[in-house]
Amino acid sequence: MAEIQSFTMNFGPQHPAAHGVLRLILEMEGEVIQKADPHVGLLHRGTEKLAESKPYNQSIGYMDRLDYVSMMCNEHGYVLALEKLLGIKAPVRAQYIRVMFDEITRVLNHLMWLGAHGLDIGAMTVFLYCFREREDLMDCYEAVSGTRMHATYYRPGGVFRDLPETMPKYQASKWRSQKDVDRLNEIRSGSLLDFIDAFCTKFPGCVDQYETLLTDNRIWKQRTVNIAVVSPERALNLGFSGPMLRGSGVEWDLRKKQPYEVYDRMDFDIPVGVNGDCYDRYLVRVEEMRQSNRIIKQCVDWLRHNPGPVVLDDHKIVAPSRIEMKDDMESLIHHFKLFTEGYCVPAGEAYAAIEHPKGEFGVYVVSDGANKPYRVKVRAPGFSHLASMSEMVEGHMLADVVAVIGTQDIVFGEIDR
Amino acid sequence: MSKLRSYIRTFTLWELWQGLGVTFVNFFKPPVTLNYPEEKAPQSPRFRGLHALRRYPNGEERCIACKLCEAVCPALAITIESDVGEDGTRRTTRYDIDLFKCIYCGFCEEACPVDAIVETRIHEYHMEAPGENIMTKDKLLAIGDKYDAMISADKAADAKYR
Repeated sequence: MAEIQSFTMNFGPQHPAAHGVLRLILEMEGEVIQKADPHVGLLHRGTEKLAESKPYNQSIGYMDRLDYVSMMCNEHGYVLALEKLLGIKAPVRAQYIRVMFDEITRVLNHLMWLGAHGLDIGAMTVFLYCFREREDLMDCYEAVSGTRMHATYYRPGGVFRDLPETMPKYQASKWRSQKDVDRLNEIRSGSLLDFIDAFCTKFPGCVDQYETLLTDNRIWKQRTVNIAVVSPERALNLGFSGPMLRGSGVEWDLRKKQPYEVYDRMDFDIPVGVNGDCYDRYLVRVEEMRQSNRIIKQCVDWLRHNPGPVVLDDHKIVAPSRIEMKDDMESLIHHFKLFTEGYCVPAGEAYAAIEHPKGEFGVYVVSDGANKPYRVKVRAPGFSHLASMSEMVEGHMLADVVAVIGTQDIVFGEIDR
Repeated sequence: MSKLRSYIRTFTLWELWQGLGVTFVNFFKPPVTLNYPEEKAPQSPRFRGLHALRRYPNGEERCIACKLCEAVCPALAITIESDVGEDGTRRTTRYDIDLFKCIYCGFCEEACPVDAIVETRIHEYHMEAPGENIMTKDKLLAIGDKYDAMISADKAADAKYR
């Protein structure tokens, strides 16, 4: 009788550690993996095709839903591509707001990643602590855009609304004494910027807590050190970007190499890894959170002292304000025109890439001069990372697959689109 | 010396105790969780939840059936039919929002020239039977009437930013 050489195992798509709907066909020799074959497409919603059938602005909301843990960064990529095609540039204040929220999004994403990655390989507590801080950032999202996740906040030509001057506050109830409510409302007493500033002050201490729980922890190290080592050359050849590439020691960051918006005015460092294993990628992401915090702080300081318009005054692209619209016939016509037909974009094509928390997120828009895109292509960083799955897990144990999924920071919204 | 220190740390489970120290400190901090639903997290006046149709203070419907919201809706969740009303004004005879299609992007509210359709702070609702996901004109107006004070206050708070 022939001896069984290897056997095939199905991982996901309903596996809690599969980060959504990842399905892997694993070829195993005992508990050692020989090959992993990712099957994608279970979360395909046809975002690119949908965008072809609606005016430009209406697709912004769908960009949020690509990588649903870094919402505003996705919008940013799309909006930048449109601005490139239209040949416009957002006012400086809007650019600062965008940079600030990009970095808030990066912290949000990395917190989610850290919590989930930790939970996957056996650290429960850090998940709870990460979500504690995420809650505050979600409140920032809600304060500006009205939603905790799918913001639809960036627009070609700026952002939708200026930052609010008040923060919503907790109400006293029979469950909470007035003293307790006052304590909770203390950081909410000022504007949104005060709230973010207070967050920036306390956040490095929180990162220290996560690091105390994980960085030296022997269990954490056993699960991550020397797992899925990728050499710098191989990382480049595999099309890695973002923390995956920097974890391998390649100093590549679009915020520094091709600065967009006001990143050239920001003072921050790019952390790079040495060994290119899961542990280094963990260290890189944790350091990125600290650097993001620095950028947020700089944006807050600038935004405090520089009020101004947050959106262009060009009513062929941006709808006029409510007051203008109600007082002025021409503005009303612009308003109607923009919300029915939208705006026409000159024929041409543009690619805009941003440093998304996961890597290079690019949007390629082709316009034929109509009010709808002829074609939209989204370059999702997770896709090329997932493509290297087989190479990264080869020779490792089954339990390490989970560590690799975690380290790749996979989110299926953007991979399947 | 550093090697000795490392040995001592390894055998005394130093870093694990440090980690436990973090959890121990947090053990005595006030909880960050809320007793939902008795107690609720603060909500921004910009919150985008369940829709409502508003009326003018004299009871007249605001909506004039211009269909801007229908045109701008990315998910095609809004369906409007209109006719001339009894008083000779243009009114909707049908105003349906399919809550299953709606993506809560807020474009309808942004587009409405008379502030008729709004997204309220209400986010706790459910459907029990098929078809209840369609918010008809009557349902939307009823929500607008019931929560008029809250909606007006929210819109007033946000008016200067729009």
